[in-house]
Amino acid sequence: MNRLSSFNVVSLTLGFVFLYVPMLILVIYSFNASKLVTVWAGFSTKWYGELMSNEAFLDAAWVTLRVAVISSTIATVLGTMAAYVLVRAGRFYGRTLFSGMIYAPLVMPEVITGLSLLLLFIGLGLDRGVLTIVLAHTTFSMCFVSVVVSSRLVSFDRSLEEAALDLGASPLDAFRLVTLPIIAPAVISGWLLAFTLSLDDLVIASFTSGPSATTLPMKIWSSVRLGVSPEINALSTILIGLVTLGVIAASLASKQVAVRAKRDEQAAARAA
Amino acid sequence: MAETVFAPWDDPNEKPLIRFRNVTKRFGDFTAIDDLTLDIFEREFFALLGPSGCGKTTMMRMLAGFENPTGGAIELSGQDIAGVPPNKRAVNMMFQSYALFPHLSVWDNIAFGLRRESKNKAAIAARVEEMLKLTRLEKFARRKPHQISGGQRQRVALARSLAKAPKLLLLDEPLGALDAKLREATQFELMDIQEKTGTTFVIVTHDQEEAMTVASRVAVMDEGQIIQVATPERIYEAPDSVYVADFIGDVNILHGSAKAVGPDTYEVAWAAGQNPVHAASTRPFSDGQACHLAIRPEKVSIHKDRPAADNAVQGKVLDIAYLGNLSTYHVELPTGDIIKAQVANTRRISRRDFTWEDPVWVSWTKTAGVLLAK
Repeated sequence: MNRLSSFNVVSLTLGFVFLYVPMLILVIYSFNASKLVTVWAGFSTKWYGELMSNEAFLDAAWVTLRVAVISSTIATVLGTMAAYVLVRAGRFYGRTLFSGMIYAPLVMPEVITGLSLLLLFIGLGLDRGVLTIVLAHTTFSMCFVSVVVSSRLVSFDRSLEEAALDLGASPLDAFRLVTLPIIAPAVISGWLLAFTLSLDDLVIASFTSGPSATTLPMKIWSSVRLGVSPEINALSTILIGLVTLGVIAASLASKQVAVRAKRDEQAAARAA
Repeated sequence: MAETVFAPWDDPNEKPLIRFRNVTKRFGDFTAIDDLTLDIFEREFFALLGPSGCGKTTMMRMLAGFENPTGGAIELSGQDIAGVPPNKRAVNMMFQSYALFPHLSVWDNIAFGLRRESKNKAAIAARVEEMLKLTRLEKFARRKPHQISGGQRQRVALARSLAKAPKLLLLDEPLGALDAKLREATQFELMDIQEKTGTTFVIVTHDQEEAMTVASRVAVMDEGQIIQVATPERIYEAPDSVYVADFIGDVNILHGSAKAVGPDTYEVAWAAGQNPVHAASTRPFSDGQACHLAIRPEKVSIHKDRPAADNAVQGKVLDIAYLGNLSTYHVELPTGDIIKAQVANTRRISRRDFTWEDPVWVSWTKTAGVLLAK
């Protein structure tokens, strides 16, 4: 085991302090008995209880979850299709333009995306609500899915698809039975990315939501403007907990896959 | 015992299984296949041999249906197959990378094609077991492709492509990823399986030894054209061009001009100040016509004193390549040409007759060489 030099210890500490002290303070104050955010008055879980009875927050959470699941699913389907065409269709006229255009929204300022969507929805006469937020989130998260999936498709051995066709599979079957199972990890991480983006989006949702639908980030933002309440600390702590659990579960799962693959390979080496 | 020799290509009544008729394939400005005509017969083990970029893989991909010809027609059992998609052809292919489906077990890989025909489950299982037995993979049926060795993967790929009992099996450099020993064993295994199943095999390879070992006929290709199609013996013993002679095995080439000196016998003046050499040829040459004499190194012998042979030239040993069973002597002639003579090492190396810089005579008979016009 290498011992860390004092320089490394300092830089590591600084980095982690910057990353985690703000969150740590938030978590600690969510257990504060006092209503005043800056004064510690003993341990209490009462804000968690109050949060559970706060209809407005629960509604907003439900809206956010629905929007995230639906929009990330649609974005995954569309993004995968776009990636497949751009990687697989070979050279067609305007291919470079198309592939550039699909990545442009990655760097587009969210304010502009939000504004343009708002104008479109007004123009179409769509009532702003869950539907419009879903459409807006699909639009901006699709390109992220497409980037993730196409990077996997580029390294995908095309002869696998040809082998499937050669063995009598229709092009659709070749995709469903061979391509999709193999690129599934990329598709799933694309979905997770879209889901997370949708979950914490504030700007685009503010432009495209209506009075009938408020997402959680919007709700938190608007309540903070009236002063930080310990309820929000509690809510944020729950969110941090969920995210942490998700990350741990994902890394445990992938580690298990790696361990199993290694064991299989050793078994094969013994048999050979 | 009158055993009939398998040679459908000599029988004018035999209908070819595959017929390339003036096939041309262009990719943009590049012509991969140039006006090519070729017949391949049922039960043949046909090898397409050539350097990379000669168009052999393009021919295979056109047979599989992944490419369509720009001009001409390809017929399979008399039917033009242009425009028939790969999944509707009675042709299967074994890929160079094997292209095994990594997420499926060996068993499911082999069953993949059968399931697409929606046969009943019992029939599929029976056929898969048959294929596993044929390729000696019974023990590995439940393994995934990454859990088996390279040689086993190669056999899975073969079993998978044979499972549907295709009319024609295409093999794209099937043994390229195997080491030399395994490759040799697998070549014989392939021939064995081809004989057992009676399937027509078309193999693409750049390895001339492999083509010679497995094939009933070999097509030597270069720049989108077929240079010569013949049995391995004829390709080796009677090449019809310097390109083929040079591509297959090792060869000495003397350039000169021909002069008839008897029936089917020619005198080749090959260098000023040197006696002309004599060669038999059924191919006619006019007097003074430029020609090339190709002689295989194993047909050249090496002597201390002038031998009483049809052709003998003096030189000195420049280099000796010791291969264990054989030694190849590189003999430099006074003209600067180098003649290679191959000798079986029937004696221990310490008792070798010649060493570097020794003056020697190389000789060959008049029927040893092949006289070529181009």
